[in-house]
Amino acid sequence: MEFFQNLQKVLRQNIREYGMFIALFVIMAIFTYSTEGIFISSRNISNLLNQTGYIAVLAVGMTLVIVIRHIDLSVGFLAGFLGAVAAIALVFWKLPVWVVIPMVLVMGVLAGLITAFPVAQLKIPSFVASLAGWLVYRGALLLSTMGTGTIIIPDEAFNAIGNGFIPDIPGLDFFLPKVHKLTLLLGLLAIILFIFSEIRNRRKKQEYNFEVLPLDIFILKLMFLSVLVGGITWVLAGYNGLSWTVVIMLIVVAIYHFVTTQTVLGRHIYAVGGNPEAAELSGINVKNITYVVFGSMGLLSALSGILFTSRLQSATTTAGTLFELDAIAAAYVGGVSAAGGVGKVTGSIIGALVMTSLTSGMNLMSIDISLQYIVRGAVLVAAVIFDVTTRSSRK
Amino acid sequence: MKPPILEMKNITKEFPGVKALSDVSFRVAEGEIHCLVGENGAGKSTLMKVLSGVYPYGSYSGEILFNGQVQKFSGIRDSERAGIGIIYQELALVPEMSVYENIFLGNEICKGWTVDWNETIRRASQMLAKVRLDVNPETKVRDLGVGKQQLVEIAKALSRDVKLLILDEPTAALNEDDSANLLDLLRDLKQHGVTCILISHKLKEVISIADTVTVLRDGKTICTLDAKKGEVSEQVLIKHMVGREINNVYPPRERSCTDEVVLEVKNWSAYDPKLGRMVLKDVAFNLKKGEIVGFAGLMGSGRTELARSIFGNPDGYEIMGEMYVRGKKQRFNHPKDAIQAGVAYVTEDRKAKGLILIQDVKQNITLANLREIASHGVIDGNAEVKVANEYRESINIKTPTVAQVVGNLSGGNQQKVSVAKWLFVRPNILILDEPTRGIDVGAKYEIYTIMNRLVQQGMSIIMISSELPEVLGMSDRVYIVSSGRISGELPIEEATQEKIMHLATN
Repeated sequence: MEFFQNLQKVLRQNIREYGMFIALFVIMAIFTYSTEGIFISSRNISNLLNQTGYIAVLAVGMTLVIVIRHIDLSVGFLAGFLGAVAAIALVFWKLPVWVVIPMVLVMGVLAGLITAFPVAQLKIPSFVASLAGWLVYRGALLLSTMGTGTIIIPDEAFNAIGNGFIPDIPGLDFFLPKVHKLTLLLGLLAIILFIFSEIRNRRKKQEYNFEVLPLDIFILKLMFLSVLVGGITWVLAGYNGLSWTVVIMLIVVAIYHFVTTQTVLGRHIYAVGGNPEAAELSGINVKNITYVVFGSMGLLSALSGILFTSRLQSATTTAGTLFELDAIAAAYVGGVSAAGGVGKVTGSIIGALVMTSLTSGMNLMSIDISLQYIVRGAVLVAAVIFDVTTRSSRK
Repeated sequence: MKPPILEMKNITKEFPGVKALSDVSFRVAEGEIHCLVGENGAGKSTLMKVLSGVYPYGSYSGEILFNGQVQKFSGIRDSERAGIGIIYQELALVPEMSVYENIFLGNEICKGWTVDWNETIRRASQMLAKVRLDVNPETKVRDLGVGKQQLVEIAKALSRDVKLLILDEPTAALNEDDSANLLDLLRDLKQHGVTCILISHKLKEVISIADTVTVLRDGKTICTLDAKKGEVSEQVLIKHMVGREINNVYPPRERSCTDEVVLEVKNWSAYDPKLGRMVLKDVAFNLKKGEIVGFAGLMGSGRTELARSIFGNPDGYEIMGEMYVRGKKQRFNHPKDAIQAGVAYVTEDRKAKGLILIQDVKQNITLANLREIASHGVIDGNAEVKVANEYRESINIKTPTVAQVVGNLSGGNQQKVSVAKWLFVRPNILILDEPTRGIDVGAKYEIYTIMNRLVQQGMSIIMISSELPEVLGMSDRVYIVSSGRISGELPIEEATQEKIMHLATN
C-alpha cells in the first residue's frame, strides 16, 4: 500500500520530468494498437529513429539557444544550404568525404557566429537576426542548386551516414541468426552502465542527505528505463541493428548532456538564461556565451544538413524547409521554457521523438496530412500548457 | 482653516511581514500645497498608492474622504474620475507617441466611432498653454527633455479636470532651472484652485513652496506643520524625519581599521549615455584595510551607480577619473576583471540582479568562482557540495539542503546566499549595496555579525545603505552622496542622523 502512495507522490512531484516519457509511451502504445503492431515493428522503429535524427540534433542546439532566451530561425535553410554545399563538394569538386564533412561543419560554426554577431554586439533581437539568415540561406540554397536542380550523390561512404547500419560481430551466425548481436551487446552495456551510475549517484546524494527516491520506487524506475532501453535495442537488433544516424544522435546527446550538466560552460549558459544581469555581475561574459551557443547551433545545423542530405542521397532545392520550426516545437514539447534558464537536452530529444512518432504513426494509419498538422499543433499546445501549469502549481 | 478637500483617517496597510502604514491620518485643505516628507521607506509612496487606488479598497483599513464623501476606489480609474491625478517618479508616458496623443491617452476625444484628432490637438494646445510649455503638440515625447516630459504629465492630469494633483518627487531628475519652473507652475495652479500634494526629499524646495507639511516616519504620521505659523524649518523637519531612537541592534565590534589604503578613487565622473546625463560628478573617496565605510544618501543619489562604475562598469558608462586598488592604478572593463582583482559586489536587488532564483543554493554560491571547484572545465560535484555546506554552516543559511532552489528561501536567507556567493570569490574589498533591505531583524543582526567578522579578518567593506541607524551603527566612517557627488565625509564620532540628512538633502 505504501508503495502506491510513494509512487503517487513521486509521480506528482516529478510529473514534469516523467510526463514526457509517459506521453511518449502512451503515444507509442496508441499507435501500436491502432496499427495492429506495425508501428512497433523493427523496421518502423528503425525508420522512425532515422527520421528523427536530423531534427533531433537541431533540437539539441535549439534547446541551448532558447535557454539563453534567444531563438534561431535560420537553422533549417542553413542545414539545407550546407547539405547542398556538401553535395557540390563531393560531386563537382570531387573532394573526399573526410574533407567535406569537417569543412561543412566549420562553415556551420561560422554561420552561427555570423548570426550571433548582431545579437551579441548590437543587441538586435535574435528573431530578426535569424529571420534575415532564414532568407539569406534560402536564397543561397536556391542559388547553389540553380544550375543543376537536385544533385544526386554517388558517394557510398557519405550516404551510409543517413542510411547505413553499424556492422555486426562476424562469425557468430550460429547464435540468434536473425538478430544484430553488436547492437544487443551495446544495449546491454548501456543498461549496465546506466544502473551503475544511478546507484552511485543515489549513494552520493544519500551521503549529503539530499532527498532520494524511496528504494522501491528507485528500483521501479531502474526497471522501467532498463526495459525501455532493452526493448528498443531488441526491436532494433531485429532489423539491421543500430544505424549510423542513431549512433551520431546518441553521441551528440551524450556530449551535450555532459557539457550542460557537468561543466563550467554549461553552468554559465544556464546562468545567463536564468538571469543575464546576475550572470554578467558574476563575471560571466554574456556576449561570449551568446557566441558559443549560436556557434554550436550552427555546427549542429551543418550536422543536420549532412544527415538529411545523406539520407536522401541527394541535395534538393527545398531541403531544410521548416526544420527550424520542427526543432523549436521539439524543444518546447521537451520542456524548455521561453522564460529562459530551464530545459534539458534529453528532454528535447524526447520531444523530437514524440513529434516524429506522431508523424510516423499517423502516416501508418493513412491519416491525411492536413489532420496530421492539426494533431501535432494540438500536442504542442497541450505539452506547453502541461509544462506551464505543472511549473506554476509547484510553487 | 479652509475645509479639507481630502481626509485620510486611520489608514493601515500591511504587506506580508511588514506594516507599511500604521494608523496614518492625513488631511489636506482645499487650495493648498501640502508637502509630504520622510525618509526612504517611511510610507509616503504607499500612502499615495492607497489614495489613488493602486491598492484597492479592502486591501487596507481606514477611511478616505474626498470632497466630503467616503471613497472606495478599486483602481486608478476610479480615483481619476473623482478628480485625483497622480504623477509618479517614473513617468508614465509613451515615448514613441506625440505630446497630444499622450495627453489624451486613455481619455480620447471621440466623434462617433473615431478619434477626433483635430479637436484633440486643439485641446492639447490649451493644456500646454496652461502648463506654460511651448512645444508643438505633434512633437514626440521621446524628443523632449525630462523637465518638459514632466510638464506633459501635468498637462495630461489637468486635461482630466483634476482637483487634487499628487506629484511624487517631481524634481528628483530635474536640473535647477526646470525645478524652479515646475515650482512656479505649481504656485500658478494653486491660484487656479488646484490642490497639490508634493512628495519631496529636497527640503529647501519644501520650505519655499509648502503651505503645510506632514512628516511620516516608519509608517506613522509624526506631525503636521503649518508654514504660515512659521513652524517649518530645515532643522525641525530633519528632527522629525529621523527622530527615531537607535536601538542596540548592532553587534559590538573592536575597530579593526588600519591606515593601509586598499581602494582610492579620484576625480571619478560617469556619464550614462542611455539617460543622456552625468550620473557621477567628480567623486573622490578611499577605503582602508579592515574598515567599514558607509555610503549614505537618498535613493537615486548615485551610490549604486558609483558601486557599479567601480565594479567593471556593466552599464556601459563613459568614465573619467582614476582608481587605485592597493596602490595600483586600475580600470575594470568587465565585472570579471573586478572579481579577479579581489573586488566583490553584492547588489541592492538580490532577486532581479543578484541571484538566479530558479537554480539551487550550491549553484548560486559557486557561480562567480566555478574555476575553483572545476578541473579542465568539468565541475567537481562533490567539491561544490562541500563548499556550499561550509558556507551554509559558517554564515547560517537556513535551508534543508544546499540542493534547495533559492527562490523558495526567505529574503534573509537569500541575502545570505548572495553574501556567500561573493565570499567564495575570496575578495579583499566587499561592496554591500543595501545589505539588509527587506529582511527581518534577526537576519539583519546575523549579516552585521558576518560583516564584523570579515573586517576583523582584514577585509574592507563599502556599505551602501539608506537606513541611517544602520550607517551609524556599522560604519567606521561615512560618506554622504547627493546628486552624484560626495557632499560630505564624516568620521563616525561626528556623524549624527541630522548631519547626514542635512548633507543628503542638500
